[in-house]
This record gives sequence, C-alpha cells and structure tokens, in this order.
Amino acid sequence: MSALTALLVRDMWLAVRVGGGALMGALFFLIVVTMMPFAIGPDLALLARIGPAILWLGALLASLLALDRLFATDYEDGSLDLLMMGGMPLEITVATKAIAHWLTTGLPLVVIAPLLGLMLNVELHALGWLTLTLAAGTPALTFIGLIGAALSVALRRGGLLLAVLVLPLTVPVLIFGVAAANAAIVGPAPFGPPFTILCALSLASLVLGPIAAAAALRHGLE
Amino acid sequence: MELRAEELTCSRGGREVFRAVSFKVSAGEAILVTGRNGAGKSSLLRMIAGLARIAGGRLTLDGGAPEMPIGEQAHYLGHQDAMKPSLTVGENLGFWTKFLGARSAVEPALEAVDLAPLAGLPAAYLSAGQRRRLSIARLVAVSRPIWLLDEPTSALDVPSQKRLSELMRSHLGGGGIIVAAAHGAIGLERARELKLGSA
Repeated sequence: MSALTALLVRDMWLAVRVGGGALMGALFFLIVVTMMPFAIGPDLALLARIGPAILWLGALLASLLALDRLFATDYEDGSLDLLMMGGMPLEITVATKAIAHWLTTGLPLVVIAPLLGLMLNVELHALGWLTLTLAAGTPALTFIGLIGAALSVALRRGGLLLAVLVLPLTVPVLIFGVAAANAAIVGPAPFGPPFTILCALSLASLVLGPIAAAAALRHGLE
Repeated sequence: MELRAEELTCSRGGREVFRAVSFKVSAGEAILVTGRNGAGKSSLLRMIAGLARIAGGRLTLDGGAPEMPIGEQAHYLGHQDAMKPSLTVGENLGFWTKFLGARSAVEPALEAVDLAPLAGLPAAYLSAGQRRRLSIARLVAVSRPIWLLDEPTSALDVPSQKRLSELMRSHLGGGGIIVAAAHGAIGLERARELKLGSA
C-alpha cells in the first residue's frame, strides 16, 4: 500500500511543480469557455441554453490535453520499466496513476466550473447540479483516456492518435453529462436517470480502464 | 539460487536477434554479456527483467520466491535513469525505494554512491555520471537478489567505477547474482563471459 501512496504523491508533486501539467488543463478550460460568449454574442438566453454543452465540451477537451503526458514521460525516462517491475499488479499501478492524474487535472476543472457557469448565465440554483455532473463524469474521461494513453505509448505514437482513439469512446459520457446538466437547468426531464447512467459510466471505466491500459502496456513490450 | 536460461530466442520487430542462448548463473556469480552492437545484449537483460517478450526458450529461477516473477526479484539498470528532473535527488530515490517495496532509509544508499551532499538538489542539475550514480543508489537502497546492469560503467569516472565494482563485489558476496552487458571490463575479475552473436 505504501508503494501506491508513494506513486500517488510523486505523480501529484510532478504535476504541480514547474513543468507539470496540472493547471494547463484548467487554464485551457477557462480560455475556451471565456471565448464562447465573444463568439456567440451577448444573447443571454442562448448562452444559458447551450451553457452546459459548452462546459462539458471544454472539460472534455481540457482533460484530453494533459492525457498524453500520463505515460509518455514515464516511458521516455525509463520509469515505466521500473513501474512494471514493482511488486504491485500493473492494473493497480496504472489505476493509481490515473487517480493522481484526475486529482491534478480533473478536479481543478470541477472546482472552477461554477465560476465559468456564471459567465455562461447558468442560473445560480443550477450551478451546484452542473458541477455535480462534472464531478461524476470527469473520472470517466480520465479512465477512458487512460486506455488511449497506454495505447499511444505502446504503439509509440503520441498526440493526435490519442485524441482519435479516445474521443469516440467519450461520446456516451458527453451525452449523459449534458443531458443531466440540462435536466437540472431547464428541465422538464428528470435529473436522476441521466445522472445515474453518468455515474455508471464512471464506475465501469474505473474498472475497465486500468485493465485495458495494463493489457496495452504489456502488449507493447518488445 | 540459480538463474537458468535454456535455448532463449529473442526477436524484435519480426527479426530474430539471437537464438538458442543458454547459460546458468548461481548465487555469488556474475556473467558478462558481450557482443557487437545489435547482438541483443540489452534485449537479453530486458527479457530477464520481464520487460521484453521471450520469443522462445525458458527462463527459470531456482531458489527465489516461486510466486514472484523474476522481474520482481531483479533490479534493472538501463540506459535511462528513471529519475524525474523536477524532484530532488532524495525524493527521486525515496520514491523508488518505497515503490519497489523497501523500508530502508535513503541516506546510506546516497552515501554509498557519494551523492549525500546533493540530496536536496533537483535531479535536473545532475551530470550524466551523477544521474548514473543515483540509479545505482537504487540498487543499494532496495535489496533484490538479481542485478541486471546494462553498461553500468558508462559515464562514470574512475573513482565511481571503483565504488561500483566494490558494490557489485559485496552484492555477490551476499549471494547475489549479476548479469551485466558491456563492451569492456566492468571491474569484476571473476565474471564469466557470454558472447552473443558469435554463432
């Protein structure tokens, strides 16, 4: 257990120190969402209607931005070799890395979401629900992205391949995330069903992501 | 304890690198893998470490922990140092010590490679030789019976090479096994030589 704690702490330190990518995602999120009203114009009703979709798209792209660092740096400096030689099952090691990644890149998105919601004219009472959908859904984005990050390291192709692999898989998360947020803001559909499906997607990816990522990393051995 | 390779075959990218390589190393023995570039020295070490696929043959370890893969009983010192530039020397070593499952303190291992005064320095400021020594400190801090060393003396100055050969001797004296890949001598007189690519 102390091995995993050590890994978690190390990855979080690396993310927040100079050269780490912790705030990059949050900053990108902020920029994308801030630019939207300028592009769309000062139509408050329109903004309120598409606000959840903008927030979810921004969060999706922002979480994709830092994903390729998840394994690439460890692969380049040889750390990945040693991580695979540790006493922990690779699935658990990989899951720990993903948790550290979510805490440093996903959680900041959730934290600033209420602020950005205000900028998109989301009603005050709905801000909490909107943030809740992001809190429930962003772990799914990280753990699905984990598979893509592992594959792109195993195949020695970075960047674009990752986006192409990961984005289609995140479509269900996007659909139910936005559906839940819309239900909370404008109704009339109930909030519960899409939100529970969103939670289910997160839980399923929490289990399947590490298994698939570990398999990809093992397969990439040569 | 005995590490035994029987008829090992290695292929990379569909090309056969070597075939039918067999050797035995017992506790307290060292083997020096030599051969021209591309003969498969590094690949052999990575196969033992469990980091490369074994295309044919068998690799067994007698007398080790039977339930653990060989890779978890071995240290791999590769070309890359697995140290993060933004963490300090002490943090880097401390992380690997904890992750690889040892409870030992970091300072004695840093002393052993003469890096103790630099413990608080970010690893980004280390020279190539100092980074190499930091990797070697990992072998000292975490006790594992098999050492797989890929050109361990590269980038090391003469005093550091001497210190490394002392560390290797004490590892062998404690019943350890060393498999090293190198082009020249690494300071172990009793090491047997395994020449790859000669057949």
